[in-house]
Amino acid sequence: MSGTFLGTPAFPTAARTALEDSQLRRNLAHATGTIRAKRAGVVSEVDDWEQLRLAGEAIKDRVLRHLPDYLEQLERSLVAAGATVHWARDAAEANRIVVDVAQRHGTDEVVKVKSMATQEIELNEALAAAGIHAWETDLAELIVQLGDDLPSHILVPAIHRNRAEIREIFLREMGRAGRAAPDDLTDEPARLAAAARTHLREKFLRAKVAVSGANFAVAETGTLTVVESEGNGRMCLTLPEVLVSVVGIEKVLPTFQDLDVMLQLLPRSSTGERMNPYTSTWTGVTPGDGPQEVHVVLLDNGRTDVLADPTGRQALRCIRCSACLNVCPVYERTGGHAYGSVYPGPIGAILTPQLRGVGTDAQTDSLPYASSLCGACFEVCPVRIDIPEVLVHLRGEVVRAHQRASRVPSVQDMAMKAASWTLSSAARTGAAEKVAGLGGRLAGRLGRTAPGGRAVLGALPGPASPWADSRDVPVPAAESFRSWWERTDGGRSRSDNTDGGRSDGPADPAPGAEGGR
Amino acid sequence: MSRVGLMVTCLNDVLFPDTGRAVVTLLRRLGVDVEFPAAQTCCGQPMVNTGYLDDAVPLVRNHLDAFAGCDAIVVPSGSCAGSVRHQHGLVAERSGDPGLGRAVAGAPPVYELTEYLVDVLGVTDVGAYFPHRVTYHPTCHSLRMLGVGDRPTRLLRAVRGLTLLDLPGAAECCGFGGTFAVKNSETSIAMGNDKARHVRSTGAEVLVAGDNSCLMHVGGLLSRQRSGMRVMHLAEVLASTEPVIESRAERSADGAGPGSGTARTLGAAR
Ligand code: SF4
Repeated sequence: MSGTFLGTPAFPTAARTALEDSQLRRNLAHATGTIRAKRAGVVSEVDDWEQLRLAGEAIKDRVLRHLPDYLEQLERSLVAAGATVHWARDAAEANRIVVDVAQRHGTDEVVKVKSMATQEIELNEALAAAGIHAWETDLAELIVQLGDDLPSHILVPAIHRNRAEIREIFLREMGRAGRAAPDDLTDEPARLAAAARTHLREKFLRAKVAVSGANFAVAETGTLTVVESEGNGRMCLTLPEVLVSVVGIEKVLPTFQDLDVMLQLLPRSSTGERMNPYTSTWTGVTPGDGPQEVHVVLLDNGRTDVLADPTGRQALRCIRCSACLNVCPVYERTGGHAYGSVYPGPIGAILTPQLRGVGTDAQTDSLPYASSLCGACFEVCPVRIDIPEVLVHLRGEVVRAHQRASRVPSVQDMAMKAASWTLSSAARTGAAEKVAGLGGRLAGRLGRTAPGGRAVLGALPGPASPWADSRDVPVPAAESFRSWWERTDGGRSRSDNTDGGRSDGPADPAPGAEGGR
Repeated sequence: MSRVGLMVTCLNDVLFPDTGRAVVTLLRRLGVDVEFPAAQTCCGQPMVNTGYLDDAVPLVRNHLDAFAGCDAIVVPSGSCAGSVRHQHGLVAERSGDPGLGRAVAGAPPVYELTEYLVDVLGVTDVGAYFPHRVTYHPTCHSLRMLGVGDRPTRLLRAVRGLTLLDLPGAAECCGFGGTFAVKNSETSIAMGNDKARHVRSTGAEVLVAGDNSCLMHVGGLLSRQRSGMRVMHLAEVLASTEPVIESRAERSADGAGPGSGTARTLGAAR
């Protein structure tokens, strides 16, 4: 692993590699299946869940409609509470701010609370380039970091690893980064957690500077919030002298009451818990308690571009619960690395292309197509992001970008044009069907008969081969519905013949005459 | 009397005409004189789902013209009903033609077959007879885009002779997804194989669904695996009736022989 998603192949290619890894598929199916069931259980306990979702959606939409106002209010509140506010247009600016703070305090290491925003800007790499070690303190992030691996899930970055693999990583790598793992380490979860705790404790106690993100930022008070399960975050937020929080500008909430709604939606959607174990809030500097220097970096990095797209902007409602990943059948089979971005799964498929911009590279443009549009993601999303709608919209943007960039239409362009021309007229469609029916009758002789009497084709050459590699192909019926209706006046005339619509197969198959497709 | 238009869908028209014929049989039996507006073609879903929203515009127009005289549209496909209901507006919006947007908003309501049967006709027992073990795949677009809920299973449970077997992981996508099946064929096949495995585990003879596209995908895998399982559109099951004596005699006279109950049933249904 190179420690960066740059250069990851386009989704179908990356997915193929993942699909061949049976261990990975087992790990993923087990982990997502477990958390799916847990989430469904705790969500069904809440009678007004749909009301909560609507409230969550409304709050976030209000924020997005008045984003500049709430951000300025947040800045005023933060400054009044003793924090220093920085604005970062992009990753480079944000990274420079964090590196500067660390360097001013003469430290060569920082402890980190798990944060997607700092992953997004590749802060660890930027710190490393400045000679500063960034230690991840979240258990799963630690596993990824020690394994020189990439995160593959928003909430459980090491979801693709099982216990045995984690034990090996700990034994091999912990000593190089600090306190070594005990030689007799087993793969029992309690033993693994204990090893991580001992390893991390000395880092918490030594670090002068901590870096975090924030789940929410309340504008009226200037309060930042982190929710977590392990308590490592709270250690980072309270022990060091200096705290830098990198916060995406869409994380702002108007009031504490809004936070109330979000803190009900998030844990049930995310970990399948009624309440998350640790909720930390901090408001600027409290003299004599916790960090005495607090910096907040408000990060844009493409977000205002997303905001400018009326259909796509709903992606900014995301609270990073990862529920959409856990229900996504595509994610379950390919894992997160196939998406080639910090944000994997359904939300990654719509957020990443918007943050990066479509039409620039093949990998990004493959993401809106990495979905069967089954809609399971929309159904679970606590803030009701219509991910399938945005996927279709972004596919449209990808096509437009390509057509703008190239004067020569692609094969797909021409196929769609031709299909559109044929299918926008019943006469042309009928004529094409006659040819297909003829072809079907011919093809039926070359194919074989599936159970139920339907003629099917085996492997095919050419553009149809991805379909026919593993699936039988039904041959077109000898007579289309359209011409049957015409010939028999919709079955009312005597010339009807029950086998008219059937392709060349046994005349009287059983059971389910139309089966075996 | 209200005019009910049958939208047969392009896939059914070319590959599965028997589904359209079953809908005609079924609705006539229930007293609905369904029409087939001959000008219809395709709802435009293939273009929309591939990102060619502009190329879908003529198809949306054609759909609007074809069904202009109807009071309601019935379609034996959750996916195409969802496309008309949710994607035509999107296409109109992107086209920048406010006239098209108004036309889409004023189009006759489109009902997926089971919605029409249960909500409009108010029936769950359609008088069908189908003496087989069946499992039902609810298809994503019926389930989520339309929210047909338990309408299909209520209809199936009322079919005499039919044994409905629970499908494990029923709500999970089969992996078809239109062009997804080709653009991401490996992932699509992995999803489909899991679906096929669940289907086989039920011990059913027939897999039933309300969308021939999903059935074509899962059925294509089942058939390649030589599983011996059949797939059938829900409409065909609901159109099946008990054999009647004349029909049997007729078929015997045709030399079709005693055949199975189902074949005779389907014969009688027409
Ligand atoms: S898109 Fe919705 S479900 Fe997915 S991570 Fe964001 S909030 Fe959660």
